Amino acid sequence: MTSHRLSGPLHEVSAEAGYAAPPPRVGFFTDTSVCIGCKACEVACKQWNGVPEDGLLLTGMSYDNTGQLDANSWRHVAFIEQSAPIVPVLDKEATIETRRAPTDLGMPRLRPNDPQGTSTNDTDLRWLMSSDVCKHCTHAACLDVCPTGALFRTEFGTVVVQPDVCNGCGYCVPACPYGVIDQRKEDGRVFKCTLCYDRLKVGEEPACAKACPTESIQFGELDVLRERADRRVAELHAQGVDVARLYGQDPDDGVGGDGAFFLLLDEPEVYGLPPDPVVTTRDLPSIWRHVGAAALTLAAAGVAAFAGRRR
Amino acid sequence: MAECHPVGFQWVMEAKAKGATVIHVDPRFTRTSAVADIHAAIRAGTDIVFLGALVNHVLSNDLYFREYVVAYTNAPAIITEDYVDSEDLGGLFSGYDPETRTYDSDSWRYDDGGDDTAEHSGDGGPGDHDGAAHETSRSEAAGSGGPKVEAWPLRDESLEHPRCVFQILKRHFARYTPEMVQDVCGIPAEQFAKVADALTSNSGRDRTSAICYAVGWTHHASGVQVIRTAAILQLLLGNIGRPGGGIMALRGHASIQGSTDIPTLYNLLPGYLPMPHAQQHQNLDDYVRLDEGAAGFWGNMRSYVVSLLKSYWGESATEENEFCFDYLPRLTGDHGTYQTVLEQISGKSKGYFLVGENPAVGTSNGNMQRLGLAALDWLVVRDLVMVESATFWKDGPEIETGEMTTTEIGTEVFFLPAAAHTEKSGTFTNTQRLLQWHHKAVEPPGDATSDLWFYYHLGRRIRQKLAGSTDPMDRPLLDLVWQYPEEGEEREPSAAAVLREINGTGPDGAALSAYTELKPDGSTKCGCWIYCGVYADEVNQAARRKPGREQSWVAPEWGWAWPANRRILYNRASADPDGRPWSEGKAYVWWDEEAGKWTGHDVPDFIPDREPHHVPEEGASGPDAIGGSDPFVMQTDGKAWLFASAGLADGPLPAHYEPPESPVLNEVYAQQDNPASKHYESPVNDANPSGSDVFPFVFTTYRLTEHHTAGGMSRTLPFLSELQPAFFCEVSPQLAAERGLENLGWATIVTARTAIEAQVIVTERMRPLRLAGRVVHQVGLPYHWGQTGLTTGDSANDLVSVTVDPNVNIQDKVGTCDIQPGRRPRGPLLLAYVADYRRRAGMDDVDVGHVLDAKEGEP
Repeated sequence: MTSHRLSGPLHEVSAEAGYAAPPPRVGFFTDTSVCIGCKACEVACKQWNGVPEDGLLLTGMSYDNTGQLDANSWRHVAFIEQSAPIVPVLDKEATIETRRAPTDLGMPRLRPNDPQGTSTNDTDLRWLMSSDVCKHCTHAACLDVCPTGALFRTEFGTVVVQPDVCNGCGYCVPACPYGVIDQRKEDGRVFKCTLCYDRLKVGEEPACAKACPTESIQFGELDVLRERADRRVAELHAQGVDVARLYGQDPDDGVGGDGAFFLLLDEPEVYGLPPDPVVTTRDLPSIWRHVGAAALTLAAAGVAAFAGRRR
Repeated sequence: MAECHPVGFQWVMEAKAKGATVIHVDPRFTRTSAVADIHAAIRAGTDIVFLGALVNHVLSNDLYFREYVVAYTNAPAIITEDYVDSEDLGGLFSGYDPETRTYDSDSWRYDDGGDDTAEHSGDGGPGDHDGAAHETSRSEAAGSGGPKVEAWPLRDESLEHPRCVFQILKRHFARYTPEMVQDVCGIPAEQFAKVADALTSNSGRDRTSAICYAVGWTHHASGVQVIRTAAILQLLLGNIGRPGGGIMALRGHASIQGSTDIPTLYNLLPGYLPMPHAQQHQNLDDYVRLDEGAAGFWGNMRSYVVSLLKSYWGESATEENEFCFDYLPRLTGDHGTYQTVLEQISGKSKGYFLVGENPAVGTSNGNMQRLGLAALDWLVVRDLVMVESATFWKDGPEIETGEMTTTEIGTEVFFLPAAAHTEKSGTFTNTQRLLQWHHKAVEPPGDATSDLWFYYHLGRRIRQKLAGSTDPMDRPLLDLVWQYPEEGEEREPSAAAVLREINGTGPDGAALSAYTELKPDGSTKCGCWIYCGVYADEVNQAARRKPGREQSWVAPEWGWAWPANRRILYNRASADPDGRPWSEGKAYVWWDEEAGKWTGHDVPDFIPDREPHHVPEEGASGPDAIGGSDPFVMQTDGKAWLFASAGLADGPLPAHYEPPESPVLNEVYAQQDNPASKHYESPVNDANPSGSDVFPFVFTTYRLTEHHTAGGMSRTLPFLSELQPAFFCEVSPQLAAERGLENLGWATIVTARTAIEAQVIVTERMRPLRLAGRVVHQVGLPYHWGQTGLTTGDSANDLVSVTVDPNVNIQDKVGTCDIQPGRRPRGPLLLAYVADYRRRAGMDDVDVGHVLDAKEGEP
C-alpha cells in the first residue's frame, strides 16, 4: 500500500522494494534475559566483517568498553548495574559504611525470579546485559534519505550500505532514529551492520548469532521470531517476571517494526534505546503537503498582488 | 563459569530453561551471578566453612541418601581407636609432627578387628616416615586409584558405632553451623538456608545436583580439601556416578585435562602412574608392589606400566632388563614449579623450557619468577607471540626499579614461535575426559611450528648427535622408539600416528580396543593406559562427530571419552545395590537379569557380567576382588571415601584454616592456617602477617571473559584488547569511600612483595562482608596484564606470595593488601615504598632510606 511506504505496517518489505518472489524477511530476536555478556557477538562480527578496532579506552561504565554502536562497532553489549536494598540492616555490629543504602539509581525495583537479577547477601543486585545492533527497520530512514543508492533493501528485507557507492554525504546519520549508522572519521563513508549479507547469500546465519553461546541472539525468519518472542514473554510472565517486555517487534510502531528486536527486562531508556522511535521520513508526505499548500498560498498571493495592481 | 567458560555455560543456561536453580558462590558478583537465582558473596578462602556447613546441615537433618551412603561409601567403616579428630586437638588431627609439618596417617586407618599392636605398614602416602613422600606430592602420585588401604574394615551398617566414619563425620562437622558461615564467610544465615534447601531438595532418588567449579577454587593452601568437602557433600546426597550429578572441574584452558592425563607434571607418568622415586623404587617390583594385586582395576598396574615401557623402548624393553624400568627418571624431592624457580635463583637449575606458558605474568609472585628467569643460562620460549617471559630482560618491572640491569642478565633466550591449534592437527581433552580431534585448517605462519614438530625433530637431532655413543647415560634416548610417518615439506610428524601409539597395539601390531587387554608380560604396548581404545578398530575415535540428534542423549559417538568411552565415571552407582535404577527419571546403567550383564545408556563402569550380589572370594585380587555392589572400582575397597584413611597430606577430613595471609583470626579452630601447607622461604616471598592493620583488606585474583590467562592470546589482539583495554581493580563503594578511591581514578595496591597500580572500578558487585567482629573489604584483581601487547599494565600476580597446598603444590591466590588512591611510586622509590610497609607491619627492621640509597647507588 502506497500509504505505508514511508511509515506504518508493511508486510512485504522486500517485494515493496521491487524484488520478485523474495525469500522470507529475516532478522534477529535478541533475548536479553539469557545474555551472559560474553561479547562473543562483538568479536565474531569484527572478525567476519573486518571491522577495525574502535579504541582502547577504559570507560568505567561497568564492563562496557564499547560504549555505543558506531562505524567501528556493529554489535554493542550494554552492561547496566542496578541495586536496591532488600532488608534494612539491623546488625548492630555493622559499620556506617555497610548500613549506608546503596545509591538509588532511580531504576524500577526488582521482582523475584528475575532472570538477570539475584539477591546477594543484603542487596538486590541486577546486572543487565544486552547486545544491541542495527534494527534493520521496516521503514529505514537511512535508506530513504540516501541520495546515491549506497543504502539498499536486500532481498532478505535487511538494510545494507555498499561502501563502493557511498560518497560520505552523511545524510543518513541524523536520519537514523536509533543513532546506529555512523561515519568512519578517517574515511568519511558510513558503516553499520549488514546482518552478514554475504553469509545470508550462501545460507549461513550471521556471525554474531552463530557465536552466541546462550541463544540470546536468535536469527531467523521474522514471522517465526516474533511468534517465538511472544511465547518467551508469556513464559517469563508465567514465571513471575512481569518486567519482561518486547521492544521493536510491533509493526505499528514508529518505524513499522524492527528487523532486529529485543526482549528487555526494563524500560528501553535503561539500555540506551529510544522509547518511541519514529522514522524521520514518516512526516515527509505531510511536510510536502504543507510545503505544497504554502507554495500555493504564496502563488495565490502573488497572483492576487499582480491582479490587484492591474486595477 | 559464565565469566571464564562462557561456551560451556550454555548448558547451565539450558538447564535453567528447564527449571534448574542456579546457585553461585563467589567473592565477586560476576556474569554468572547475573543469571543465577542466588549469588552468595563469600570471603575468599573460606569455602570449607560454607561447604562444611552444608555437610552438617545434611547430616544433622537426616537429609542424606541413606541407602546410597550405606552401600556405596565408607560411612559404615570403623576407624581405629588411635584416631583423634581435630575437634579434640584444636584443629589438628592425630599424627601431626610440628617439626616436619607433616602427618603420619597411620592412626587414620580402618579398624580391621585385628591385633592393634601389630605394626602397620605405610601406604606410600604422605604419612611415610622418611618425609620423601611428602616432598614429592606423593599423595597425588597414588594415581587415579588413590592410595591402597591395607585392611577390610569392620562395618556398622546401622551407622551407630561411635567410631564409624558416619559418626566421626557428624561430630567433626557439627561446629560448621549457619552462624559460623555468617561469621567467617560473611554469608547471612537466611541466604545459607536458601542454598541448603535448594540443594537438598534437588538431590536424592529422583533428582540430582551438580557442582561446577573453575580452578580458582583449588588455588588455596587447602585447595584439595575444598574439593574433598564438595565430594563428601555430593556423596552424602547421592550425587556421584549418576546423571546430572558429579563435580565438574572446569579446567583452566583447552586440553589442560589432556596435559594431566599425559602429564606435564613432574610427579606423574601417563595415565596417572606415579613417577618412580629414587630411593623407594629401585626396581619394577618395588614400584608396583604397593598396588599390584590390590582390589580393583588399579591392581593391574603392572600391565599398564609394562605396556608404557614397551611403548617407549620397544624391542629394547625385555623381561630381563625389567622392560627398561631403569631408564625412567627418578624423583628425589619436590621438583614442582616453585621449587624449580628457587633453584634457578640459587643457580642449581640452569635451563628452562616455557611452552605456552607465561609465568612472568601468569604465575604467583611474578618477581620471584622473573628473578629465576634472569638467573638461567638458557631459556627456550615457545609461544604464539613474544610474551613477557621472553622479554623480561628488557622491560620487566625489575628493570625499572633497578633490581635487574639488562646488561647483567646472562640468560640466553631462544624464542621459537609456535603454531596455534588451527594450524596443526591433534586432540583436545576436555574436562569430561572427552577427546576431540581437531584438523589443521591453515599452515602456521612464518617459522611457527607445532609442538609435535618441535619435540619430534629436537629428539631426532639429539639422537643424531648421540649416535654411536657408548655412554650408558645415553641409552634411554638412543633406545627410544622415535619413528613417526612424516607429512609435507616441513616433515610434520603424523599426529594420528602418535594417537595410535598412545592407544597401544597388541602382539600382532593391531590397535588395542580396551585397557583390559593390556598384559604384564611385554606383549602389549600402550602409551597411556586410560586412553586405550581411542584408536579401536584402527579408527580415530576422537574424530567422530555424529550430531547429537542422530544418536542417544548420552551421545557416545561424539569424540571419545576415557576410559572405554565412558561418559560418567562410577556409573554403577546410578543403580541401587540390586542393580535397579534408583528411579525411572535417573536411570543410567542397570543389571539385565536375563542377559546376565550390565547395560544402559552409557558404557557401564563395572565388570560387565558381575551380578549385583556377588561377594568376592577370600583372597581374590585385582578386578576379581570387586564386589557386586562396589561401584568405586578404582578404590581398593570399592567404596567412595567420605573419610580418607590414607593418601592426604593434611588430614583425613577437611578443616577450615585461614588463608596464609588473612585479616582475621581463625574462628573455627585455634590452628590459624593449614599446618601442613608449604611456604617457600625466600627474601622475595615473605607473607604478610595475618591480622595486620597495615594490610587490612583481602585481595583475590581472577579472570575476565575478554582475556585469556596471562594475556598472550588476548592482549595482542585488537578485538579482545579493546573490550577490556586496561588493568583495573574492583572495589565496593564503601571501600572507595573509606580510602578515597574514585571510579576511573588510580589506585595503588600493596603487599609485602610489591605495589602495583590499577585504574579503579567502583561497583556494588564487590561487597563489604560482615564477619563476626568486623567488616572485611575485598579487592578484585583480574590477572591478565603485563608489559607487552596492545593493552599493558601491572601484573596482579606480582602481589601474591607463594604458599602451597601440601597434596598437589597448588598455590594460594588469596592474600591481604592495602589500597591507596593514586599511582604507585616509580623506579627505586617503589622499593622504598614497599619497604616502609614491611617495616610498619613489623616484618623487618629496614632503614628505608638505606634501601633507596643502595638502589640509586647501583651502576
